[in-house]
Amino acid sequence: MKPGFFSQFNRIGAWVLLLFLVTPALIAIPVSLTTKRFLSMPKGNYSLRHFEKLFSSPEWISSFFQSATIGLSTSLLATILGTLCAIGLWRVSSKYSEVVRAFLLLPLIIPQIISAMAFYRLWIPMGLLDSYLGLILAHTILATPLVLITVSASLANFDPKLEQASKNLGASNWTTMRRVILPSVRPGVFAGALFAFILSWDEIVVTLFISKFNVYTLPRRMWNGIRENTDPTVAAAAVVLIAITLIAFVVSAIVSRRQSEQTST
Amino acid sequence: MNAIRKKINPGWILVAPFLLLVVALYLGPIMNILWLSVTDPEPGLSNYQKLYQSDTMARIIWTTFRICVVTTIFSVFLGYWIAYAMVHCHQQQKNYMLAFLLVSFWISILVRTFSWLMLLGRKGLVNDALGGIGVISEPIAFMRNELGVLIGMVHYMVPYAVLPLLVNMQSLDMRVMNASRNLGATGTQTFWRVYLPLTTPGLVSSTLLVFILSLGFYVTPAVLGGGKVLMIAEYISVQLLVTLKWGTAAMLAALMLLGVLAMLYIMSQFMKLSTVFGGSSS
Repeated sequence: MKPGFFSQFNRIGAWVLLLFLVTPALIAIPVSLTTKRFLSMPKGNYSLRHFEKLFSSPEWISSFFQSATIGLSTSLLATILGTLCAIGLWRVSSKYSEVVRAFLLLPLIIPQIISAMAFYRLWIPMGLLDSYLGLILAHTILATPLVLITVSASLANFDPKLEQASKNLGASNWTTMRRVILPSVRPGVFAGALFAFILSWDEIVVTLFISKFNVYTLPRRMWNGIRENTDPTVAAAAVVLIAITLIAFVVSAIVSRRQSEQTST
Repeated sequence: MNAIRKKINPGWILVAPFLLLVVALYLGPIMNILWLSVTDPEPGLSNYQKLYQSDTMARIIWTTFRICVVTTIFSVFLGYWIAYAMVHCHQQQKNYMLAFLLVSFWISILVRTFSWLMLLGRKGLVNDALGGIGVISEPIAFMRNELGVLIGMVHYMVPYAVLPLLVNMQSLDMRVMNASRNLGATGTQTFWRVYLPLTTPGLVSSTLLVFILSLGFYVTPAVLGGGKVLMIAEYISVQLLVTLKWGTAAMLAALMLLGVLAMLYIMSQFMKLSTVFGGSSS
């Protein structure tokens, strides 16, 4: 077998696989345009009625804002906690700090169903079930490890001598943190905030356990729609979610490119 | 007091808020669940005895294990394929591939599950298309069985399988492969005897990562399995939310947790865990 043939085959296969990863989601687009009242492929006729229904439905709109509120709060909290934590661990840099780091990454890797159980168990006596605070706290614990990872990655490239220089020049700890460390980890902080938002925005398993009536997030409503499997409004919602994902992706790609250009010049 | 302050690195003050939060609101209830598994409904190992007394339990664990193994094999194989192609093509093309990979990573799990529901149903697009070109006369049952669950799960897991492999492959020294070729090995020999062994850390990490994620997977099996394919995660949720049997659910959670921690330990022997997860941020 010639290597040229093999790598060609490998590359084409990889593209087919990548298309397999992305394209199935696009089926939501035609389904959302159906003229019928039930989930179906449009046969020649298209209509935007399901989008109209989506945007005029108080339930979907309220879910959208609830998810946005919870997502933004989670992102803010997780970014603060995660950034502080990453800087702290980087400062300590001992064998204990590595153990603590591994421990703090656990919420990310422990199966969500177990996390859901844990929060459900604790939120009942604490009275946090079905409340904004309960969801935000749970999502924050799940999302902060993501920030910890991205900020730690930025810190790995940060020269500790800069910190010493700042202190030698008379800056206080706080000034050094604000003027020297934070600006240089900004890409990591930004990426972490975005990931934390997406995690919360998309989170369903924990949400299913700890929310009921008062708080009804977008994934929760999607989940219901999918379980009922009749109303094409779900397809319209899916299309909106795909669009949001693509926009977020493009924005983050542009920002990270701009940031890498800044650091290289 | 001052002596203590000197000994403790001030960095810990920054770590403390999140550490306390995790210990109080996460580790605490998890420990409580482990405790429940041996105390609810009565103290003792009665929950664990169900493992070999109840056929349902054995069947659920076996189904979960089987689906996880098959998902892992397919995901890692396909992931290896993609990662290999990404490492061995031009920067421009690699960036496009990475963009595709990350977009698929980012699309909501619910959107993807919904899409498979539309594609795989009896009157779904796949059956329509196959019937239309006359390959099949009867619609194939893709859903409410393990096939559907597997398709949905592999589709979700492939990007996770790619990332550790990509990190590993990028760090390889290509001169080793060139040396192998110069010494007279064919491309195939070089791949099997040099390249593949060098990617063992990536393969192990990727396998364990996908296996861990599959083990606790809830959404796709619940929707595409349609109640016919019961996996541990869904069973736990039924125990908690419908039949309110904390003991049984806690026992299953304890087993799952133990398995996950054991796999994480093995994984940490092969690769720094933070690099595996860090890969998703690039």
